[in-house]
Amino acid sequence: MTENSFPMPDFSVADPSATSGIVMQSVCKTFQNKKILDELDFVIDRGETVVIVGRSGEGKSVLLKHIVKLLTPDSGKVWIDGQEMTSMGHGDLYELRKRFGMLFQGAALFDSMTISENVGLGLLEHFNMTDAEIRDRASECLAMVGLSGVENKLPSELSGGMKKRAGLARAIAMKPEYILYDEPTTGLDPITADAINDLILKLQNELNVTSIVVTHDMESAFKIGDRIAMLSGGKIIHSEKISTIRETSHPAVRQFINGSASGPLSVF
Amino acid sequence: MKSIAQNTGTKVLDSFVTVGTGWLLFIAILKQIPYSWKMRREILEQMHVVLIGSMPLVLTTSIFIGAVTAVQGVYQMEGYVPMKFLGSGVSRSIFIELGPVIVALVVGGRICASYAAELGTMKVTEQIDALEMLAIDPIRYLALPRFLATLLMLPVATVFADFFAVFSGFAVSVLTLDVTISTFNEGLFMLFKSSDLFSGLIKSVFFGGIIGMSGIFFGINTRGGAEGVGQATMMAVVGTCLSVLIADYFLATFLFQLVFG
Ligand SMILES: Nc1ncnc2c1ncn2[C@@H]1O[C@H](COP(=O)(O)OP(=O)(O)O)[C@@H](O)[C@H]1O
Ligand SMILES: [Mg+2]
Repeated sequence: MTENSFPMPDFSVADPSATSGIVMQSVCKTFQNKKILDELDFVIDRGETVVIVGRSGEGKSVLLKHIVKLLTPDSGKVWIDGQEMTSMGHGDLYELRKRFGMLFQGAALFDSMTISENVGLGLLEHFNMTDAEIRDRASECLAMVGLSGVENKLPSELSGGMKKRAGLARAIAMKPEYILYDEPTTGLDPITADAINDLILKLQNELNVTSIVVTHDMESAFKIGDRIAMLSGGKIIHSEKISTIRETSHPAVRQFINGSASGPLSVF
Repeated sequence: MKSIAQNTGTKVLDSFVTVGTGWLLFIAILKQIPYSWKMRREILEQMHVVLIGSMPLVLTTSIFIGAVTAVQGVYQMEGYVPMKFLGSGVSRSIFIELGPVIVALVVGGRICASYAAELGTMKVTEQIDALEMLAIDPIRYLALPRFLATLLMLPVATVFADFFAVFSGFAVSVLTLDVTISTFNEGLFMLFKSSDLFSGLIKSVFFGGIIGMSGIFFGINTRGGAEGVGQATMMAVVGTCLSVLIADYFLATFLFQLVFG
């Protein structure tokens, strides 16, 4: 394999418990005898936007879920701002999750609630706000994603792209410090996709949000990312600043960016 | 290829794991009970679903169960047992056995299928993960209200069923079976024991717990897509019916031989 001859990125951290941002060390996860994450090391700094690319089924969604302990590693550790996640208690975990927003691949809207209730649910549960204040904040978030006027609709009444945007509105409602985006622009028309890119950039600039974006959309990756990391074979095999990635010398990453079927990543 | 022995071994092991995780879920739900007041809106909503939503089913079933009990009672007693025992035979079999069990089976089938399908869909579409990400505990938010609703409302549904079944047994006896009002009433009140009624209601509390647990457990452990939801729903209904019937035997033994015996 050509990848093996290329040096692996160095994600060693002297003291993860004194490091801000996200540190993953030797994370392993196996599903039904299939190793999805294999001694994965990864570091994400505060305030940056990292784009994670990789083929379908490589485990990008699984990687995201390990950051917030929606999945627990079989072995290995994850630190968020110096707090170790895998041994964290229920209460601390929920406190930490309040600082995260997540846009799920399928939007994952609560289908028994209206869009406005979906966006406002976190506020209703955790903040001392009146119903009117919550509705206003929900409408404000919906307006930010270009979805005004659907407050009282049910998720089943929205198109796929609208659901995704509503999911994004819900993710940002509690003003998170970290946002995880699982394929935010997949299935959107180019214009809406670009609006979502602009929104991610805006959140990044105005609120100094740390973003982790899983995407196949290279145009979007170049527009919003500070850094691109590639997941392959259960590891982050390459990580490079966006400014140099177009001319990268890493063969697998170059193949991915150019969307070529021939190269070190075999299709069949 | 795995051998049959290996397969059986895995299945037995799996069922132990299933029972174990079921108990863990049960304990996790019990730990959330102090938050019931905070969840009162969801709890009331689920109670409404269980009780009011099941009412037509409960009424229809209990009316026919009462009627058939009367018909069979007359058939079995005619010529051997004086008809003044009919009212007691009908009412006691309904209070002790038929009311609680039939309600548990029909309401249980309806409710645990809907729990399993709803929670299973939420699981496979990542809505449960989405709740977790909003720092909302799915056990508190989804499981607790559903569990309490079945636990508390099944006995209430059983009271309605008992009443309507006995009334229908009475009506059928008097109107179609040549039994006089006073003969039926004599038996009904002569041998009435409140412990019969209460033991039936105690059973239905257990049945309510079983129904809720089964629907919730198979729902939140759903895997895969639509097929997984179908599988979970089926398992929940089968699990409920079997558990209710098995638990009925043990509860009957316990209540009638040890407590009220
Ligand atoms: N909860 C789970 N149980 C079993 N297998 C899973 C689970 N989640 C993901 N997988 C498997 O892990 C692999 C990676 O999935 P995923 O992270 O969704 O890929 P992608 O990179 O396309 O997001 C897939 O083969 C999937 O079947
Ligand atoms: Mg994915």
